[in-house]
Amino acid sequence: MSATVSYLPAGLPSPVPEADGLDAPYWEGTRRGELRVQRCRACQGWQWGPEWICHRCLAFDLAWTAVAPHGRIYSWERAWHPVHPALRGHGPYLVVLVELPHAGGVRMVGNLLGDPMQTVDIGAAVEAVFEPHDEATPPFTLVQWRRTP
Amino acid sequence: MSAAPTIRGRVAIAGIGETDYYKHGQAPESEMTLALRAILRACEDAGVDPRAVDGFASYSNDRNDPSRLAAALGLPELRFSNMQWGGGGGGGSAAVGNAAAAIAAGYADCVVVFRALAQGQFQRFGAAPPATTASGEAALTFPYGLISPAQRFAMRVMRFMHDHGIRPEAPRAIALASYHHAQANPRAVMHGRPLTPEAYDASRWIVEPFRLFDCCLENDGAAALLLVAAERARDLRSRPAYLLGVAQGSEYRNAARGHNAPTYASASFTTVAPRLYAMAGLASKDIDVVQSYENFTGGVLMSLVEHDFFAADEANDFLSLDNLTAPGGRLPLNTSGGNLAECYMHGLELQIEAVRQLRGESASQVPGARTAMVISGPMVTPVSSMILGGEGML
Repeated sequence: MSATVSYLPAGLPSPVPEADGLDAPYWEGTRRGELRVQRCRACQGWQWGPEWICHRCLAFDLAWTAVAPHGRIYSWERAWHPVHPALRGHGPYLVVLVELPHAGGVRMVGNLLGDPMQTVDIGAAVEAVFEPHDEATPPFTLVQWRRTP
Repeated sequence: MSAAPTIRGRVAIAGIGETDYYKHGQAPESEMTLALRAILRACEDAGVDPRAVDGFASYSNDRNDPSRLAAALGLPELRFSNMQWGGGGGGGSAAVGNAAAAIAAGYADCVVVFRALAQGQFQRFGAAPPATTASGEAALTFPYGLISPAQRFAMRVMRFMHDHGIRPEAPRAIALASYHHAQANPRAVMHGRPLTPEAYDASRWIVEPFRLFDCCLENDGAAALLLVAAERARDLRSRPAYLLGVAQGSEYRNAARGHNAPTYASASFTTVAPRLYAMAGLASKDIDVVQSYENFTGGVLMSLVEHDFFAADEANDFLSLDNLTAPGGRLPLNTSGGNLAECYMHGLELQIEAVRQLRGESASQVPGARTAMVISGPMVTPVSSMILGGEGML
């Protein structure tokens, strides 16, 4: 196991599953290098973020389905002002919203790896990079994105 | 059978009250004291005995509980208390609508809408909360450094600007208009601190596409409105501002977590604004002056589009300082200085300014203004907006 190389400095809030367990399968999946979203067993519709009911057919029967970890940039921002103590002195960083056309167009938030001053093109193809934080308590894995070569 | 359900013209804002406005953390009094002072000033403005107040409505989880206010003010009876769900300033006009509905329904006769903020005494909006973990929606965003309101909304605006070819000069004009009007308003926190296009262009990025001057202030203070039935308002001290229409809500699945709103590049008014105009029986061409909540200028831009003042693809041409300033602009906007330059009173100072315009008492008066719109809280959910009118609009 390699040491954690994270895009942002340590000290930001760690993601933990909700107390009612709704999103636990997502976070368990990222630990294994799987990108999972909800898919309704009744109507086959995709859904993200997670909810207890399918918004299309109102079935309480949602599966957690692994999807191919690639997509395209739907929107983006370059953050400069450090709103958290962990970000002070760090400099700008990129946040992207990635659309997954093969999973009903659901969108995922992550960072765009690489030069924070790179030109970002809406519509550009990206692929997921799993970023483990093994030393955190509890450990977690983030889903980051990079331009598809 | 009765006519179509509407409260158009049935309720009026009879009194307005506000404290001095302070930089965040600099209020010399407790938040509760600020709230009480604003409420008493609204009563004084209307010429109403404070003991006649029998209801309260607020929004954004205001900390000053109506029962405590009623006890502190020695009210004979509390008949209505109401909190509009949702954060940010989205509830500013909805709170007025809720108060008006209570009056129209006979639940209460004299309802105060208020908002008080003394952030130095509590957590600040623009900084991350001091938690070491994040769950739910926050788990999907905080670990990626997407934490503050500016960061939460920047990608909506970025997408809108991309889709419609919006140039930076368009949101800049919105900031310049607010600062321009603040120079005429001695109450404004930014009075005496004009903003030039050059200073805007040189200002630092907060989060692209927002520069420093695209972002609202954070302030301490309090504001209050006193609402009564229209016929009663006519006998009171100040000229009534009649509620012609009010609407709240948001479009399909606006709150889908992790930035999954289907109508993403939106200020959340695409369904609200048509309902507002339908209730008021008015169109955008009938609106004389607009107060539009600026959390961030890009949100104002989308709000104005969604309220049909211009098409998205016309924004670059429409949004100029000349068009947005009183007295002669095509669409005088945020004539007190608004959240950017008067005070961030979570937008309730915008309702007060709308009333001033209809009374003819604004520091940047639109001559003969007969209608005034307030747009509350772009990009959150629920949002709300309202139209006030003078006597001649009934």
